[in-house]
Amino acid sequence: MFAFLVRRLGQAILVMLVISILSFSIQDELGDPLRELVGQSVSEEIRNQLRDELGLNDPFLVQYWRFLKNAVQGDLGTSYFFKRPALDVILDKLPATIDLVVAATFWIILFSVPAGMFAAIRPNHWLSKLCMGLSILGISIPVFLTAIFLIQIFAVNLGWFPAYGRGDTVVLFGGWETSLLSLDGLSHLLLPSVSLASVILPLFVRIIRSEMMEVLETEYVKFAWAKGLSKYRIWTVHAFKNTLLPVITVGGVQLGIMVAYTILTETVFQWPGMGFMFLEAINRVDTPLIVAYLIVVGLIFVITNTVVDIIYGLVNPMVKLTGR
Amino acid sequence: MRKESQLYGIIVHIFYIDVNHFLEIQELKMKKLKISFAVLVVFAFVLPVQAKTLRLAYDADPVSLDLHEQLSGGTLQLSHMVCDPLLRWNQDLGFDARAASSWERLDETTVRFHLRKGVKHHSGREMTAKDVVFTFNRLKQSEDFKGIFVNFTAANAIDDYTVDLVTDGPYPLVEHTATYIFPLDSEFYTGQDERGRDKGEIVKHGDSFASVNVSCTGPFTVTSREQGVKVVFDRFADYWDSESPGNVSQIILTPIKEDPTRVAAILAGDIDFAAPIPPIDLQRVEETEGVDLVTMSGTRIITFQLNQERVPAFQDARVRQAIVYAVNNEGIVKKIMKNFGTAAAQQSPKGYLGYNESLKPRFDLEKAKALMAEAGYADGIDVTMMAPNNRYVNDAKIAEAVAGMLAKISIRVDLTTMPKAQYWPKFDERAADIMMIGWHSDTEDSANFSEFLTMTPDSDTGYGQYNSGSYSNAEVDRLVLASAKETDNSKRAEMLQRVEQILHDEAAFVPLHWQDRAWAARSGVNIADIVNVMNFPYLGDLVME
Repeated sequence: MFAFLVRRLGQAILVMLVISILSFSIQDELGDPLRELVGQSVSEEIRNQLRDELGLNDPFLVQYWRFLKNAVQGDLGTSYFFKRPALDVILDKLPATIDLVVAATFWIILFSVPAGMFAAIRPNHWLSKLCMGLSILGISIPVFLTAIFLIQIFAVNLGWFPAYGRGDTVVLFGGWETSLLSLDGLSHLLLPSVSLASVILPLFVRIIRSEMMEVLETEYVKFAWAKGLSKYRIWTVHAFKNTLLPVITVGGVQLGIMVAYTILTETVFQWPGMGFMFLEAINRVDTPLIVAYLIVVGLIFVITNTVVDIIYGLVNPMVKLTGR
Repeated sequence: MRKESQLYGIIVHIFYIDVNHFLEIQELKMKKLKISFAVLVVFAFVLPVQAKTLRLAYDADPVSLDLHEQLSGGTLQLSHMVCDPLLRWNQDLGFDARAASSWERLDETTVRFHLRKGVKHHSGREMTAKDVVFTFNRLKQSEDFKGIFVNFTAANAIDDYTVDLVTDGPYPLVEHTATYIFPLDSEFYTGQDERGRDKGEIVKHGDSFASVNVSCTGPFTVTSREQGVKVVFDRFADYWDSESPGNVSQIILTPIKEDPTRVAAILAGDIDFAAPIPPIDLQRVEETEGVDLVTMSGTRIITFQLNQERVPAFQDARVRQAIVYAVNNEGIVKKIMKNFGTAAAQQSPKGYLGYNESLKPRFDLEKAKALMAEAGYADGIDVTMMAPNNRYVNDAKIAEAVAGMLAKISIRVDLTTMPKAQYWPKFDERAADIMMIGWHSDTEDSANFSEFLTMTPDSDTGYGQYNSGSYSNAEVDRLVLASAKETDNSKRAEMLQRVEQILHDEAAFVPLHWQDRAWAARSGVNIADIVNVMNFPYLGDLVME
């Protein structure tokens, strides 16, 4: 286990090095940060002078080396817009994104498990067909469109939920702010989390359904029927538990993809999280923040995949992480 | 310790209530009411409720609290909230006396401002001439603002309440420029902060004392600020203007970048005042009950420039004229801008000194074809065009429409549109034969358009910095420079109108339209009286019912 974790750490460092090189080399293509820092009538001469001060006129390798030197000391650069260390800005925005991801995960688990199981057990029931139909729809509609529909219906027409923003937050230990513990926060969270869940949920319904259908055909399930076990016990303990393995694998990858979808959801709902911040940073050519975000998200991917592998080992006794 | 445990108690309490609430939401309606009430009480306790709170949504929040860091709409909007300028524009493009009570021209180069007495800074200090001089000198150091003050040599304090602004020669735009002087609290910005930095320093990148602290004389103080998320302003109790009808005691400014979200928020009643409103939603906002729409003809001109260095054909005035004749800009305003703009034939909008009444949009396809044939380009030419896709209202759609119109006179356009972040470096490179540029005059004066867009490019003087077409006309240069020294308004108007006439006749650029401005507010929030074409709403004077 320990060796596995050390190896993973090594991989993580490599991944982040690659991300930093990539994001560093594209930053010139993103535009000129100076344009966002100064007014339109400021002359090219003054802009060049500022570029010198910022070290933007140095050769690529000089800039990258400077970045690496600071990065090992935990300094990923200073955001042009927020005028604070990029990492601090990201960590400030992290709780909001985590709220959103947690709430969306809640919806996904709440609906995908019963829907997937039901559709597997009663594939010809009209409810199963409805679920499958809706899941196709959910996968096909882009998340920002779902978001705008939800706003139009539930915020503008019906007026049940607020159209944007995060609402009241409750401060937990260590200054961690969460919307999950206040009524106002929850009402702000509902629409964004549902629209974020809407892209991932259908996928899980379909995976659980197909895996479960497969498991229901296996010999040991037939044997369980023959043994006369209760149908609920067969469905939940024998069949469903064994459908979970591939679901966990896909879940790990999807968690990462969900972070990517937060960019769109947060932007539409003006949700003050990392994704919204990232899109704004691109619009403002805030290169230090863009680079730092990509590195942090890379880290999140590596961590979730590691955790998935560990869980996999715990759930499936055939997999041994240290075995090889 | 005690405070913490108390807070924790509140958190547990709220959590308990929420869980209960959700478990029993279907049953026990009475209990639900009680619980909601309890939640309200808890929040009333945590966040004191203020009377007359304005929930305001713009597309962006100010980048810095330093009023001299960046010359942008956001900074000026902030300036008018936390500060008052010497003079400010009124809705008729005249001047109202604010921090100054009156002003007079002493001689060719000097204008004297008499300051209002008893004007308090947020720190409690009284505003004096010293603050004006301090502010003037700081503006002269600001990379962004010094261009506006280039003709000014000094601000001299005569006594505590009298300041002379001195220019290097006769200068007609002293009042215009005085709208940029918001007297800062000089003592507040003098000395060093706890980190040993000079409090008055203007820092473009990285933080500074002034970028997070502000003390000025305006109707509002900044209470809290979370950049990109929200800014809370409270009314300044000692605000000098006791005659202001304004009754807003608190403003919560939330930047909402996405147009559909901002519009949804105002329609849903989540906010009281929103700007800007995109053309596509104007009708919907107008038709919604309980929401008022206010629009105003704008001053930002949108144009295409024809690069004469890249395309020899564009050196022929007939080809340029053919292009202007081929572009149906009234059609663009109608179809693409949904009448949310005014078709233009010149740079200066109506109300500006240089506005030349005789110039009208001139769409005439036959004439355009004839001109192309006359110039020897009946077979047409191939050109490239670039435009931003997130800078001006409908910019990319306009570019597509223009490209289609030019195809009718056999000018085959290869169009590229891109986000503004990538567009501006391309513009600096002059990377295409036809490029889009919009311009708003910082001085609200006609000469500014020509100085940047149509004068001969000159890297030493900085004139023609945004003239990507390299159009050059000695008479235009001469007239614009002379107008900067002419203090007689009628003579100046004549010069600047002559400039517009020449640019029109020579088809120096392709004029499209002036973008309108639009604001929306909940009914009962009387924004019509406080918005203006410069788009800095005077929120201190806002009346809410």
